[in-house]
Amino acid sequence: MKRFNVKQATAFFRVIALVLPLLFCVNSFASASPEESAPAVHSAAPAVPGSEPAATHAPEEEEKAGDVIMHHILNNNVFAFPPFGEVELPTLPKVAGIDISITKHVVMLWLVSGALLIVFSIVGGKYKNMNARQAPKGVANTMEALIDFVRLDVAKSNIGPGYEKHLPYLITVFMFILFCNLFGLIPYGATATGNINVTLTLAVFTFIITQIAALKAHGFVGFVKHLTAGTHWALWIIIVPIEIIGLFTKPFALTVRLFANMTAGHIIILSLIFISFILKSYIVAAAVSVPFAIFIYLLELFVAFLQAFIFTMLSALFIGLATAHEGHEEHEAGVAHH
Amino acid sequence: MLTSGVILLAGSLLSPEPGLIFWTAVTFVIVLLILKKVAWGPILTALEEREKGIQSSIDRAYHAKDEAEAALRKNSELLAKADAESDKIIREGKDFADKLRTDITEKAQAEAQKMISMAKDEIEQEKRRALNELRTEVADLAVKGAEKIIRGSLDADLQKKIVDSMIQDFSTKRN
Repeated sequence: MKRFNVKQATAFFRVIALVLPLLFCVNSFASASPEESAPAVHSAAPAVPGSEPAATHAPEEEEKAGDVIMHHILNNNVFAFPPFGEVELPTLPKVAGIDISITKHVVMLWLVSGALLIVFSIVGGKYKNMNARQAPKGVANTMEALIDFVRLDVAKSNIGPGYEKHLPYLITVFMFILFCNLFGLIPYGATATGNINVTLTLAVFTFIITQIAALKAHGFVGFVKHLTAGTHWALWIIIVPIEIIGLFTKPFALTVRLFANMTAGHIIILSLIFISFILKSYIVAAAVSVPFAIFIYLLELFVAFLQAFIFTMLSALFIGLATAHEGHEEHEAGVAHH
Repeated sequence: MLTSGVILLAGSLLSPEPGLIFWTAVTFVIVLLILKKVAWGPILTALEEREKGIQSSIDRAYHAKDEAEAALRKNSELLAKADAESDKIIREGKDFADKLRTDITEKAQAEAQKMISMAKDEIEQEKRRALNELRTEVADLAVKGAEKIIRGSLDADLQKKIVDSMIQDFSTKRN
């Protein structure tokens, strides 16, 4: 209940931040001349995080909405707090030809990690001091619901026996993605999971864990044999490449699904807001942009949980497929073949 | 106005950033390791312990229920047995009392009968003795009366004549 109110308040303040600049520029809208409409866009733009730098360097040119949206979505080394200014993030020297500068999304990742560490140290501490007869309260109770959900409905039902050793990874990845998604919805925040590099890294972790689990479950021979899918040797020339591609499509699907979902929601919200700027109309702002943006924002809250769940569940499913089920199928197929 | 071309063609949405990949990997692994030690360990053990505790509580509750049912069954059996026992005792007591009563009354009646018959016998005896006594008395009296009468009317001559006539009679009749 409390958390819900906080989110409501977040949405409310975001709307206020959008509407207030509009009200201040009522005169320039009244004249509605093309020369004066540009400042109106600029003074309204601060409501959109990340639009400030774009607004400052092109005062006479009309701002392109696409640029502002992209600027908000994409990674860069400026953390902007529109009406108040911006923070330049430090650029680090290249290490082994890789630019490891701290960017906006890296900062968001660290913020998320900090939040995760704080919240779960508190929760873990509570559990350490608790005996089996006590019921958890407050944050511990809330987090327990999520953890127990991942434990039973995601890990246990998809992986089956031996799910315990994958639990720490699955719970961490669930909480990490969930917090990244939610932090991206906070004003001035950026969605780290809306960057394909972040989702790719997470998917690669799932891939590595899946392959290690498969190797452990079947051994190297079984792993290689699995690539033939138990078919006749004459078909191997077709089947083996398909199976190898299949290994990589799974993490690729994970990568793109999470990245696209998180990016799409933000693009929709920003596009809806920019409709009112493009059409220069209060009516559109009040009737279309703000209500629809709020609706999409609430939908994004749902999607934040949904995508974290889907990523975790598919990871568990892939691990489960790699360890138990395909082994049995392969075995059965082999038996049926002979 | 909305330059969708920028979004797709600039390639910036899909641009690789090795630095970000590096930081993501490092951050995620560190978070995973710390949380595994700090949070997931205690939380998962607590959850498992609680699961086991709940299961054992349920088992214990069922066990206790079974035990209680068994005890109840035993109790009702005992109760029924006790009821039967008490019924039997009461019935036996009643029977015994009835028997005792009939015995006592019979005995009393027999005793009374016996006493009555004894009394009757005695009465009979007394009566017989009295009659005997009376009879002897009457006989004595009659003998005495007869003696007196006979003594008064006895005449030796006349008697002699009578006796003679009788001897006469006897001798003639024998001839």
